[in-house]
Amino acid sequence: MASLTPVEDVIREKITAALQPTTLEIHNDSHLHAHHQAMQGVTSKETHFRVIIASEAFQSKMQPARHRLVYSLLKDELAQEGGIHALQLRTMTPEEDAKRRAREAEVE
Amino acid sequence: MFSRTVFQATRQAARRPSPFLTPFSLAPSSVSQRRLLSDVVRQAIDKAVSSAPVVLFMKGTPETPQCGFSRASIQVLGLQGVNPEKFAAYNVLEDQELRNGIKEYSDWPTIPQLYVDKEFVGGCDIIVSMHQSGELAKMLEEKGVVVKEEGSNESKPE
Repeated sequence: MASLTPVEDVIREKITAALQPTTLEIHNDSHLHAHHQAMQGVTSKETHFRVIIASEAFQSKMQPARHRLVYSLLKDELAQEGGIHALQLRTMTPEEDAKRRAREAEVE
Repeated sequence: MFSRTVFQATRQAARRPSPFLTPFSLAPSSVSQRRLLSDVVRQAIDKAVSSAPVVLFMKGTPETPQCGFSRASIQVLGLQGVNPEKFAAYNVLEDQELRNGIKEYSDWPTIPQLYVDKEFVGGCDIIVSMHQSGELAKMLEEKGVVVKEEGSNESKPE
């Protein structure tokens, strides 16, 4: 059976293979943006993604370099007509991810 | 031919005092999109990037952003108190060449894009996270591009 989320599947596959993430959350926010002018005539339900990644691969890289690394993995999907229109990224090292979790636990 | 319009528009814009100039003219859309960045477009973007200390390439204008991420970025720059005289915004929706060219120029596939002192800083996520961590305030302060107000509170990272 064909996947209902082909784009999300590709994102997961490519990021998992290339970055071996310790955290990988993929949120599909497309429904929030379906009414946008830019989305007129686009039938894909997978246009807007928010992705949270923790990986050793981000070690000693500044944020722009980390984002570029992810963008380069998803180059084709971003360039495609009707492909990924928006990609929000949160890129952390595993240590930064642990700190974030500790901070969030504190707040709760 | 279209290249001349890009050049002329940019040159004209340099004389305009408005901080929110949108110097790229509407280019003919018949031009093939996904090709290598031409020297002319690259030079035009070079000029745009150096037209002010803080430059944002966005969808829409600062007054009427056409995309939530561009809106968020403008709001952050506003909260940071960026001096309008040291700021320029370029509407990529007005020029297809700019829209495609800036992606290749910056090696960055999405809009908005922020430049400070001709250096690429990042897109919306980076702008917002630097805003939250206090890094952005520190950088803008160091670059001297923030309006100083008497008795204003010091910006705090949290």
